Amino acid sequence: MTASTVRAAQRKWGGSMLSASGLKDRLQQFLAFASLIVIFVFFSAANSNFFNYANITSILFSTVVIGTLALGTTFVIITGGIDLSIGTGMTLCAVVSAILVVNLGIPVPLGVLGAVLFGGFIGFINGFNISVLKLPPFIATLAMMLVAQGLSLVLSHTRPIYFSDQPSYTKLSTGKLIPGLNLPNAVIILGIVAVVAGVLLNRTALGRYTYSIGSNEEATALSGINVRKWKITIYTLAGLFTGLAGVMLSARLGSAQPAGGTGYELQAIAAVVIGGTSLSGGKGSIVGTVIGALIISTLNNGLQIMSIPQEWQNVILGGVILVAVYADMARKRAA
Amino acid sequence: MSKRFPGVKALSGMHLDLRYGEVLALVGENGAGKSTLMKVLTGIHSVDEGSFFLSGSPFEPTGPKHAQECGISIIHQEFTLMPDLTVAENLYLGREPRSGRFFLDDRRLNQQTQELIDRLGLPLDPRKLVGNLSVAKQQMVEIAKALAYDAKVLIMDEPTAALNDAEVNVLHGLIRRFVRADTGVIYISHRMNELQLISDRITVIRDGEFIRTLETRQTTMPEVISFMVGRELTSAAKHQVQTDHGEVLLSVAGLSTKHLLKDVSFELRKGEILGFAGLMGAGRTEVARAIVGADKMDSGTVTLRGKRLHIRNPADAAKHRIGYLSEDRKSLGLLLDRDVNDNVGLSSIKELFQSFGFIKAKAMLAKSEQYRKALNIKTPSVQQAARNLSGGNQQKVVIAKWLVKNCDILIFDEPTRGIDVGAKEEIYRLLNDLAREGKSIIMISSELPEALRMSHRIVVMSGGRISGVLSAAEASQERVMHFATLRPDRIVPVTEPADAGQGDGQ
Repeated sequence: MTASTVRAAQRKWGGSMLSASGLKDRLQQFLAFASLIVIFVFFSAANSNFFNYANITSILFSTVVIGTLALGTTFVIITGGIDLSIGTGMTLCAVVSAILVVNLGIPVPLGVLGAVLFGGFIGFINGFNISVLKLPPFIATLAMMLVAQGLSLVLSHTRPIYFSDQPSYTKLSTGKLIPGLNLPNAVIILGIVAVVAGVLLNRTALGRYTYSIGSNEEATALSGINVRKWKITIYTLAGLFTGLAGVMLSARLGSAQPAGGTGYELQAIAAVVIGGTSLSGGKGSIVGTVIGALIISTLNNGLQIMSIPQEWQNVILGGVILVAVYADMARKRAA
Repeated sequence: MSKRFPGVKALSGMHLDLRYGEVLALVGENGAGKSTLMKVLTGIHSVDEGSFFLSGSPFEPTGPKHAQECGISIIHQEFTLMPDLTVAENLYLGREPRSGRFFLDDRRLNQQTQELIDRLGLPLDPRKLVGNLSVAKQQMVEIAKALAYDAKVLIMDEPTAALNDAEVNVLHGLIRRFVRADTGVIYISHRMNELQLISDRITVIRDGEFIRTLETRQTTMPEVISFMVGRELTSAAKHQVQTDHGEVLLSVAGLSTKHLLKDVSFELRKGEILGFAGLMGAGRTEVARAIVGADKMDSGTVTLRGKRLHIRNPADAAKHRIGYLSEDRKSLGLLLDRDVNDNVGLSSIKELFQSFGFIKAKAMLAKSEQYRKALNIKTPSVQQAARNLSGGNQQKVVIAKWLVKNCDILIFDEPTRGIDVGAKEEIYRLLNDLAREGKSIIMISSELPEALRMSHRIVVMSGGRISGVLSAAEASQERVMHFATLRPDRIVPVTEPADAGQGDGQ
């Protein structure tokens, strides 16, 4: 093989991360992307209020929280793990953010940083429990989900905390940084973190080890990789995304609502799975996850516009998950 | 009884006949089509062209279950037993005796199993959990399971891959008892010397084609091998007998673990191939795993170049440039779904292929490419998933991984298990080359001829202890077997050979 072939391979982003299986991964992304287009076309045809700039922006806007959570969870799921604590963890981070900014009067940037780092701390505890104490991820993060749910209520004295005097905080989400472009900051932030997540997963040692651990954890350990350390790192990373999601949610609502959060984790996991990431680990992509999150929020938005009741929206979403995963598996069997 | 099937697609012009009362060996290099042939026979794949005959009448298997009902049982290389069920539950899985419609009759189940076991003369307990049995006993359960179906044709795929010599003898005894006037066995193996012992005829296939069938008694193994590879193998790669001993690189003293190992001490020199022989369960793999920190060491010290090491996990071992190549390549050595490049670079990302956390993909590809050429890894490209490579080439990928890491000490656990004859020679040559370049190699092998041929010295283990250390000159099959079968209570603590004087004072 010559240098030019090596370069040709290199051009396929991430170099060796793509391979014989790389083509398949991209096919999955194509499949998910095609579904997204089909959904778009369907709603556009079904209702004239669907396809316009304002509505598309609002779809993107409503993708932000689920999308941010799903990005972090993608890493965890590729290792073959699961994180159930992201929903209530996000709520706890929102509460922490509100306490720092509203109650303690800490400047907004530092408060936001504190909340994000607190999310990382939750993830670190998860990672420690999973890789050092060897608890199954499902159990460890289920426990954390309950702990976070309880702590949110305890810290906030079960009352919402409002950012009424903090316009700069809510601007994080609803402000429009780029003049002339009617795009909320939240969407821009989601775009940025998605790119960061993509680079981390495809271009860094962290990403490479994420795939390795998911492919074969024991072989990775025997190859001299400190799996314990990397798993803690990966759960911590997911926690950082959780913290950011908490900030984005509370900024959008203008308040930290301590009672919410449950259900978000399952929507985020659904987005990851629809995006073609395998729950058994070793396979997945950030592009897929972004598309998965978009599919969920597009469905919610479109069904709402068509005045389909919330209850039925969930039924339809459930059906979409079944179809998406079935299609993925059928394709793998055929390959 | 005969089966003929001229012209299958992945196989072409294939032809195989099994007579009543015989053991037919089926040999061919990896990828020659043995597995495909077996899958066709048991109905997992369908035939495009050609036909089978069973006891003279046409036979079209529709699936493994149908084949089984027709009397064709297959024992796969990978066991299909449920580790959390007992021996009896495994044997009668899917046709458990019941009392009434709903309730299982465990008493009758165990009784039936006991009868079967007695009839076969197997040392098994129906109530034991299969997961707690040794590999050899699990193999026996597999065989008993096949026989429980009243098999007429028994197909065994590499039945001895995980067995040591004593256990192979037990297995062969079992096969001889099974072969009667109305039954036959198809025996697939890579171990040439076994074929001579057990088979009546040998069918050789190559590249999906039938080559020929030979009477075992009228042929020689070199002849069989030459048909397999389509060429005469040149003189076997023999180790270089070292006249002067290299310096001691690694010394292990008093290594013990909670479950098995007792006071294991030995030294490894620079440029040496140190063989580890012993029966299954003697503790050879455990020694390797303890050294690299994959398992916990209870007591004992590991010293590298005179410096005491504290290895807590394989990552520590890798830092000291000690690499462990597991006997179980597929589940412990490789990332099967990732490509060759990922596998080769995996251990060295930190040192060689990253800057500020970013992967240097180009450098990694170039390195993989370099080793693909150097080790002659046969793959269309380094971006091929490891799963698609043959056993020998997969082994080379694992070797490349540790060479890229620039390891000084390589611990090979069964380096040629499941690898065909031609590729074996290449692995042997590679081991010799590595030793000549000054790498130190620990080679755990259950194949005595391999251990004898490759090792400069052989450490023999029995019951978790070292029962003997032999130099290449002293070693013979008989002497190694003598030490390997010593009962643990009769082992005289091994003092290092006289020439190991410089290893003192640590």
